[in-house]
Amino acid sequence: MNENVLSPETIKVGRTGSWLHHYANPGRFLRLARPVLPWLAAFSIVLTVTGIVWGYFFAPADWEQGDAARIMYVHVPAAWVSMAGYAALAVCSFFSLIWRHPLADLAAEEIGPVGAGFTAVCLVSGSLWGKPMWGAYWVWDARLTSVLVLFFLYLGHIALIRAFDNKQHGYRAAAILALVGAVNLPIIVFSVQWWNTLHQGNTISFSGNSKIYITMLYPLLIASVGFYLCFITLVTARLCAAIMERRTHGLLLARAGGTEK
Amino acid sequence: MNFAPFIDGSYGVTVVFLIGIAGLTFARYRTAVKRLKAVETR
Repeated sequence: MNENVLSPETIKVGRTGSWLHHYANPGRFLRLARPVLPWLAAFSIVLTVTGIVWGYFFAPADWEQGDAARIMYVHVPAAWVSMAGYAALAVCSFFSLIWRHPLADLAAEEIGPVGAGFTAVCLVSGSLWGKPMWGAYWVWDARLTSVLVLFFLYLGHIALIRAFDNKQHGYRAAAILALVGAVNLPIIVFSVQWWNTLHQGNTISFSGNSKIYITMLYPLLIASVGFYLCFITLVTARLCAAIMERRTHGLLLARAGGTEK
Repeated sequence: MNFAPFIDGSYGVTVVFLIGIAGLTFARYRTAVKRLKAVETR
């Protein structure tokens, strides 16, 4: 029992993340993702259209809000995707900072604009609902304000990546911003519990205390899965396009270098 | 109050966004595929 615990032989090297490194190779990712893309796109379209049409035309009106409650079939999925997108952005940023994966940098770059778009949809649809229900398009409520901060974090991330001549510096700075900004996610989720907000509390709970009737829950869940798949499809397609653009650029540069010799 | 314009507006914004970003992404993807193929076969 006299072994030196600091010697390299005694430190067990785990295989943590080895599969991740394997699939984080841009070329391998491209080969895997391209055949899957048409299927992803088809499922996204079918589920999103089903959820939206069901919610708009066939779901029952709310006993209190009437047809105004139909907003939730677009507003709630957009809100969930905007937060999940930022969580994915933070995870990519973590991998980028720790393991310097080029795919993580590219993924973060492509998630930003898509996530910002879904956050804008969430804000605009909520604002359009707020006018008839609250009498104002905007109030400085904790939930609304924290989602607005999320939108600005997305914009800041998009801008910061492109703010440096050296792209690697941009990736590094944007990754730090994304990780620091992740503190906003629990604030958004718990804002309706921590403060007295005009925004209603959580209606759906995965612990079984959902306050929504089943005929409204089904279209909402289908629209939500559709929106998530839309997000995944869009980011995957943009990521594939970005990898191919880089490869094209690299090939052109290599040929230009070859002809100069 | 008539809610219809507000709800229709919300759905309209969402559908326009989804179609718009899908169209832009598809166009970018197709262009990237074509350009890469052209450079690889040149």
